[in-house]
This record gives sequence, structure tokens and C-alpha cells, in this order.
Amino acid sequence: MSWIAGVGLTPFGRLPGRTTLDLMSEAASLALADAELERREVEGVLCGYSTTLPHIMLATVFAEHFGVQPRYCHAVQVGGATGFAMAMVAHALVESGVVRNVLVVAGENRLSGQTRDEAVRSLAQVGHPEYEVPFGPTIPAYYGLVASRYMHEYGVRQEDLAELAVLMRRHAGDTPGAQLTEAVTVEEVMASRPIAAPLKFLDCCPVSDGGAAFVVTRERPGDDGVRIRGCGQAHTHQHVSEAPSLVRFGAAEAVARASEASGMAVSDARYAAVYDSFTITLAILLEEIGLAPRGGAGALARDGHFGRGGAMPLNTHGGLLSYGHCGVGGAIAHLAEAQIQMMGRAGPRQVRGVPAALLHGDGGVLSSHVSLFLERAR
Amino acid sequence: MTAIAFQRCGGCGATWYFARGFCPRCGSAEPERREATGRGTVHAVTVVSRAPTEALRRHAPYTLLLVDMAEGFRLMAHGEPGLAIRDAVRAEFHEFDGATLPRFRRAE
Ligand SMILES: [Zn+2]
Repeated sequence: MSWIAGVGLTPFGRLPGRTTLDLMSEAASLALADAELERREVEGVLCGYSTTLPHIMLATVFAEHFGVQPRYCHAVQVGGATGFAMAMVAHALVESGVVRNVLVVAGENRLSGQTRDEAVRSLAQVGHPEYEVPFGPTIPAYYGLVASRYMHEYGVRQEDLAELAVLMRRHAGDTPGAQLTEAVTVEEVMASRPIAAPLKFLDCCPVSDGGAAFVVTRERPGDDGVRIRGCGQAHTHQHVSEAPSLVRFGAAEAVARASEASGMAVSDARYAAVYDSFTITLAILLEEIGLAPRGGAGALARDGHFGRGGAMPLNTHGGLLSYGHCGVGGAIAHLAEAQIQMMGRAGPRQVRGVPAALLHGDGGVLSSHVSLFLERAR
Repeated sequence: MTAIAFQRCGGCGATWYFARGFCPRCGSAEPERREATGRGTVHAVTVVSRAPTEALRRHAPYTLLLVDMAEGFRLMAHGEPGLAIRDAVRAEFHEFDGATLPRFRRAE
């Protein structure tokens, strides 16, 4: 058993003058305060990576800077899936009794700490240095390739994908700290400039500065809490050239493993937190997991199914597409929002009671998948 | 003449593109190096409008493909504009940012 005892999230966007360590520290302080835990009580520290602070020991660099001396501490790297992978590690660590609590933290000045070209170039290096990168791909190009095949097979239209961008922007509209809050329409998404066909500017998440953290504990934090019931992963490839399929990925397998570990089914979930680096990422993951029929995610979004008042509220903070994407912290924001919604403390964004939630993240080019089932226990 | 190279395992018959010193399916050492005919089918296609570097910006927009080769492996390559999924294509080579890279045209 493990509990998400506290979460901390900074605003995402352009936050000039703040370093990776500043943003990590800010998020960590917020999460510890939320969990009512003192620095000296922290036993485990997990962190991800930062493209603006590459280091072979980022977790201990952070621990020293922040002022903690954990008994368990290291970094984790699974691209965009890192945040949820750390939740899985933290869950296993407290459940097995290695530590009583784990502070999971991420932060990066990905927007203001480098030029946009540097950000685009460093991220494109998830491609193969010899067989892919020389062709001048970008992350949107890898996903553009996937999108072309997936849309071809399942009859998805660009307008369907645009619905997901519209939805995430609507959710960010009144979320404190969101980077992009001005409403957009399907027509505006369709008219936005081409990036990597069929993906256009508004199909892509922004690059952000930001930090996000959470605390996982062995002890129930109060009368009421959100616990991690079970987790699962699947890793099918690294490079898009080597993906076994561009229409079926490891997401369903990861969810099946999380389901087995937790004894919970997708149908138990009343809230979904799903990785949305691009509109196509979100569509594929929703459809692969079974939260939408193949080719049907856009239509469900248009019908309000994934809205705050819908049957399956999704990324109610605005997701990567509109709250923003600062790297590892991006998915942690999804987890933070899920915990906040489940605890009933989302204020004006609050959806109706969420007894259980399904979280899913991917890293690389739909390469690595991590799923979690959360449950509110009273 | 430049050709697209791939590898084949004499033990289990697997074919693959990213060169290595063993078969990734069965682990056999010393896979054979072979040259592809250059014939294939477009599996996926995108057009890169936003290039990753200043040097590549003058090439944009450029067409990027995943091609299923006749020999049974898949690779990333450039393509002529206007190619679509399922188009039959054949490989040529061109200079791109200082490298000689495969670029596919519609097969006759
Ligand atoms: Zn073999």
C-alpha cells in the first residue's frame, strides 16, 4: 500500500531567471508542505532528468541543494513516462519497507534555459544518431509519421485531433498557473501553421519552464487519502523505425499489467490522466487503453465525454497541450491534478466524486508506457 | 554505387536494419550483411516544415518516410514530395546537410 500524501506544482510557462534546481526546489517545498512533512523526515528522493542540467547524479545534486540526506536516492529516465515510472518505483519502495516516504521531484527551465532550436535539437536526439537523426527529424516529425499511419488505418481526420487541442485549452482556461489559457477553436487548430504533417502548431504542446513534485508515503496521510493501487509498464522499442506497429503500441499491455497488479479495471476509473504531448499521442493512448473506440477519441471529446462535466473527465488542468510541458514535470502535473481532483480540492475545476482514476504516460515515440490505478480511500 | 545495407541472420532468418554484431532475435553471432534492391512501399509519411536546425531550414519543407523494403525491414528516409501511404517506391541517393542519404521516388 502506498499513498500520494502531497503534491506540488509551480506555474508552467516562461519563468526567467529560474534554474532547474530552483524549479525542483520550489515544487519539492510545495509537495512537502502539502504532505505536512519536514525536510529532515524525507527518506527517499527520486528525480528525473533535465535537458538544461545534464548530470550523471542529478538526484544527489538536488538532495544536497535542497538540504536533505536521504537513505535512498537516484534519478530515473524514461522520457515522458518518467514521472509515472517514478510513482511506480516509489510505490514499490514504500510497500517493500525500504523507506517510509519518497519525495519525487522534477523541474526544468526548458523554455528560458536554452534557445528554441537547442530544445528542438536536443529532444530530436531520442532518434537514432546514424539511421534517423541525419534525415533532420524532430519530435513532431516522429509523431507525424505515427499519425499518418494511425489516421490511415482508423479513418481519423485532422479535425478529430483538433478537438483534443480545443478540449485541453478549455481546461487550462481557468487553471491557475497554466501556460496557454486563451480558448481555441477547431478552425484555429486547422489553420495553425504546419509543423510536421499532419501535425500543426496547435497539435503540439508548448515548451515550458516549470516544476512538479509529489510525496509517496507508507502511512495513510489522514482519515482520507489517495492511494496507488497498482502499476504496470510495457517497453516495445526505442526508435520509431523499430516500432513493431504504428497502430498498436504497448499502452494496452501496460494497463493490463496495472490492472492485474491493482485488481482494478479500466471501467472502474472515473477520471483519466493521459499523456498528451501531441493531439495524436492523446488520441492513440485513449483508444489503445480503451477509453475511446478506435478512431473515436475526437468525437467523444466533441460530445463532452472528456469534459469536467462528462463521464470521463480528462486532464482537467489542461494537460501538456495547454498547462504546459517542462519535461519530466509535465506528467507529474497530470498526477498532481488527479490527486487534487480525487481529494475534492480542485475548487472551480472540481469534477464530481472520483473514487478511482487511471493514469497513463508514454516516453520516446510511444516507446515506453507506464500505467497507474489510483483509488480514494476513506 | 551506393546501396541500402541491411543484415540477415543465417540461423533464424530474421532481417533488420540497425547494424549490430549479432541477431537481435536469436542472438546468433556474425549476421550476414546484404544490400537491398531499393524497392519498397511507403508505410508512413510526414512533411517536416519546422526543421530542427538553422542549417536544415533551407531544405524545409522536406518529406520524411518510413519505408517497408521488399527484403522485409523498415527504414526512415527522405521522399519526393506528394508520396502517400502504400505508394510503391524505389531508392535513390542525395546529398543532405553533408551526408549521402536514401531518398525515395515513386516506382514506375
Ligand atoms: Zn537469428
